[in-house]
Amino acid sequence: MPTSNDATPTELDVRIWRGGEDGAYAHYRVPFRESQTVLDVVTFVQRHLDSTLSYRFACRVGMCGSCAMTVNGAPRWTCRTHVSKVAEDGVITIGPLRNLPVIKDLACDMTEFFEKWQRAKGRFSPTRSRREPFERISPETPKRKAVDAGIECINCGVCYSACEVVSLRRDYLGPAALNRAWTLVNDTRDAEHDARIAAVSGDAGCHNCHSHQSCVDHCPKQLSPTASIAGLKRASVGAAWRRLTGR
Amino acid sequence: MSPTALYVAQRGTAAILLPLVLGHVALILYAVGDGLSAGEILARTRGSTFWGLYYGLFVVAAAVHAAIGVRSVLGDWTRLSRTALDRVALGFGLLLLLLGSRALVGIL
Amino acid sequence: MSAGVRPRRGALWLAALVHRLSGVALAAFLPLHLLVLGLAIEGEAALDGFLRWTEMPIVKIAETGLVFLLAVHMLGGLRVLVLENLAWSERQKTFATVAAGVSVLVAVGFVVRAM
Repeated sequence: MPTSNDATPTELDVRIWRGGEDGAYAHYRVPFRESQTVLDVVTFVQRHLDSTLSYRFACRVGMCGSCAMTVNGAPRWTCRTHVSKVAEDGVITIGPLRNLPVIKDLACDMTEFFEKWQRAKGRFSPTRSRREPFERISPETPKRKAVDAGIECINCGVCYSACEVVSLRRDYLGPAALNRAWTLVNDTRDAEHDARIAAVSGDAGCHNCHSHQSCVDHCPKQLSPTASIAGLKRASVGAAWRRLTGR
Repeated sequence: MSPTALYVAQRGTAAILLPLVLGHVALILYAVGDGLSAGEILARTRGSTFWGLYYGLFVVAAAVHAAIGVRSVLGDWTRLSRTALDRVALGFGLLLLLLGSRALVGIL
Repeated sequence: MSAGVRPRRGALWLAALVHRLSGVALAAFLPLHLLVLGLAIEGEAALDGFLRWTEMPIVKIAETGLVFLLAVHMLGGLRVLVLENLAWSERQKTFATVAAGVSVLVAVGFVVRAM
């Protein structure tokens, strides 16, 4: 790698996954720029070196959750990841997210990720109609605080890709869907608490989590799906107890 | 059993085993200090209600805990069906209960 | 999966693996342990015959390993119980490390006393 006097590389040695599951890494040389993000690098390759490169992005500011990729061995949101933070001696390896089928290059099939979101009943089910007044929820209540702790998820799939249990058990609902379910379990306006607890405590549910906390380590929004899943474990015990005692 | 029931049984027996294991390890450290002998072990346990209850509870909790643990490991690392997992766990748990009861009869 | 792009695994992944392997080892050992104690049914002499065998250094080392496994598994389990049921803290990794350290101390204590 050519370096200047202050050891800052003028060019990056970029390796990008090309093809489907049985693809391979291709090498590209990309000029190094100040404050460059990994998404900038991928975009440079697509605009200037090989227009057939497939990848996803939309907002470029860390809101939409569509640009997650594996960067030098770790799942990351590429639009908010600076090259200077992750490049190792000017080398940067960019692949598709792990634990999801590769469609082509850096684009994964997110279908199972979102289907599991549905299977965990990650959808709000209202108790009031639009004709009734808004329910007032104090921000100070413990339940509302528990919702706040998990609500900022952007569905990027980073935690799902980092999770070792998803790799072991293909049917496991995964950290994102379970975290979402936990925010709804704490939503006092929701009508489907019991059904949701049943949905997340089955064979593919929360009891599979081994608290490795890879999801916590990699979540770009600094959420703790492990804590949410632990909450679901306790909630499932509570629900079973209520069923048993008929209360 | 449902995953939740298995979870409760697994964590519940873990909580029971925690103090029992501590006591067991402390006893091991104390007992091996001057060498192990059958006479010494049996003198402590024979006719003792305390050690009978202590190790009786230990055997039951360990059998349940180990059986569920093995089930969970096999569930992650093999492709056994749910029924097969249940059978292996039940078999292993019963084996431990059987051997444990025999050992209890021996030392009491 | 594709490209062999597995994230680097964290300290807690290792803690969980150690917990799991020590559990499997203990599960394998437990039937043997209970069988040996069952020798007491046939009388003191039978059990003593086995215990004399445990005087051998190699068996002593294996026993030290067992106490180590028990301590590691117990402290790993304590980690899980704390993590799932008590208030959340960022100090779990430290806790796991301390747990392993304490286990080593217990095992060393066993060796020292047994010598």
